[in-house]
Amino acid sequence: MMSKKEKRLLRRILVAGGFFAILLPIHHLEMARGLPGLELLLFLIPYAIIGWDILWKAARNISRGQVFDENFLMSIATIGAFFLGEYAEGVAVMLFYQVGELFQSYAVSKSRRSIADLMDIRPDYANVMGEGVLVQVDPEEVAVGDTIVVKPGERIPLDGVITEGYSTLDTSALTGESAPRDVEVGQDVISGCINQTGVLTIEVRKEFGQSTVAKVLELVENASDKKSRSENFITRFARYYTPAVVYAAIALSVIPPLVTGQPFFLWVERALTFLVISCPCALVISVPLSFFGGIGGASKCGVLVKGSNYLELLAGTATVVFDKTGTLTKGNFVVSEIHPQGISQEQLLELAAYTEHFSSHPIAASIQTAYGKAVDTERIKEIEEIAGHGIRAIIDDREVLAGNAKLMRLKGISCSDDTPAGTVVYLAVDGAYGGYILISDEIKADAPNAIQALKKIGIRQTVMLTGDADAVGQKVAFRLKLDKVYTELLPAGKVERLEELMAEKSEKKTLVFVGDGINDAPVLARADIGIAMGGLGSDAAIEAADIVIMTDEPSKIATVIQISKKTLGIVWQNIIFALAVKAAVLILGALGHANMWGAVFADVGVSVIAILNAIRALNVNAFLPAKQNR
Amino acid sequence: MRKIIKLQDLDCANCAAKIESAIAKLDGVIDVKVNFMGQKMTLEASDEEFDDVLTQAQKAARKIESDLVFLG
Repeated sequence: MMSKKEKRLLRRILVAGGFFAILLPIHHLEMARGLPGLELLLFLIPYAIIGWDILWKAARNISRGQVFDENFLMSIATIGAFFLGEYAEGVAVMLFYQVGELFQSYAVSKSRRSIADLMDIRPDYANVMGEGVLVQVDPEEVAVGDTIVVKPGERIPLDGVITEGYSTLDTSALTGESAPRDVEVGQDVISGCINQTGVLTIEVRKEFGQSTVAKVLELVENASDKKSRSENFITRFARYYTPAVVYAAIALSVIPPLVTGQPFFLWVERALTFLVISCPCALVISVPLSFFGGIGGASKCGVLVKGSNYLELLAGTATVVFDKTGTLTKGNFVVSEIHPQGISQEQLLELAAYTEHFSSHPIAASIQTAYGKAVDTERIKEIEEIAGHGIRAIIDDREVLAGNAKLMRLKGISCSDDTPAGTVVYLAVDGAYGGYILISDEIKADAPNAIQALKKIGIRQTVMLTGDADAVGQKVAFRLKLDKVYTELLPAGKVERLEELMAEKSEKKTLVFVGDGINDAPVLARADIGIAMGGLGSDAAIEAADIVIMTDEPSKIATVIQISKKTLGIVWQNIIFALAVKAAVLILGALGHANMWGAVFADVGVSVIAILNAIRALNVNAFLPAKQNR
Repeated sequence: MRKIIKLQDLDCANCAAKIESAIAKLDGVIDVKVNFMGQKMTLEASDEEFDDVLTQAQKAARKIESDLVFLG
């Protein structure tokens, strides 16, 4: 899968390489010794084939004032080799150099294509329903309020709400989840998902530019704009490295001969070896390539990282601070405990459900859901709502009271004393205390795993901040085994606590805050890295945070931290490996133990290895959940 | 005014870095970012000077990578 340019280069390499392979034995057998010009001419053929564009670019760039350019340095090195009579060496150097260039170019194109394929969530068309006829148009031309139809197998082109039909959706391109999602009338759907089973009629809510697909694509494309510290370091290093090596080469060819009285050409040959490895190109490429892979890999897992710098910082995370509601908990009301007194659990729940039957309060809804059975309204004789207290009803000819502590006190009924963690509905039957039902915010099924996973990868401190009552916060913290919890915080209090935590941690370590974006903006901004959850449909989250988790699974935090550590590891492996090899070659070259093509071979070898290693960052199969079956 | 310019034939990451610092030194450039992996450049300059700065930027870039093409 090479471009035309790459194929042409490959052909030149093969042809020149072929010539070179034929001429090499001639060179060794010294067959052309009798005719000195012949050997030179013969070797000039492959040299010209493989090196003409380098020489041309060198000449052109000098005329524009660009001197310290790798083309120029390669040209000098190889021409120098020819002058010294080392024809084979000159050709070999040019040949290996071009192989390295081809490989770099191929690897970069391949990475770009992989990411493009990964991000191939862009829909090509939308079926718009207009006056009973379905017209296929460009998604960019669809307006808010238009009706579109998405058939099974098609990708949903725009964000909207289902008006007809029900189906299952494959959201894996956005979330990394392989389990399909059921959807039905009234539910919001997001662009980029693939419709699997049923035909869906959707009313468009956002135009294409504002749709989730467009935003996700933009985010991933622009993520490489933000450069990591490693990349900046290597760029600055490269700027000084090349001239330094060139000056060293000049010094090496001039000073030692003058000092030791040895012949010039001996040292000039060694200096040429320097020139050959004076370009740190592969190193400069491998760093952004690694981050590019890491960011692409993260998006495959359903995590959008907005910049290479964030991925880099994430690797050094020591503390993770969580918001409670919506992040570690679902932010809903659910019956969690039933504590009866004098009657059975089923009776308590049944009486409460009957009493609350006509109420539209969310607490009532949760009790009704927990009860689940059909209500025989014949059994309900009277309903009296006492504002701020609760409800009084006659059920089965018995007087039932369901409400808060105030209601109990009002009617003179003493209830249990413990301060439970959550909202409580007390019940009394015919003046006798019947027990209470605890309604709390459900902890996400994924949350305990999330915290455990974080601890496993070495996160030293997990903290929760919440505005909820202390009893509630402590309970959640205990269940999830968090290290610290701060409760009853007002919004300003959250920022203060975060500042304290930031001050406590060491400079080099990173503090991550995880919230659901809606009202966490100041805290997200203050933390080293802000992660927002529930990117599916939450604009606030996508805007405010540095990293967005497309689902609402806190376990993805550990996933992205692992990806960042892997990526940064690859980056530094490459940097250290490449610099070490270059240093070794420089030293050996200076001492006369390395010849030119040995140096180029080592250099190209290092480039190839560094680039292959960088591509490893794209591989996130270890982090993706195992295939789930329905 | 900030504009994203797609680049073609930006083959060398080292060159991308050199181009970024060369353009950053030009008069009228408020900010410039060259994204090698994404093959694009983000250029920010004042509205009136923008076209002029863009031409200068193209010239400066061509000095380093002569095959470079600025697309739209």
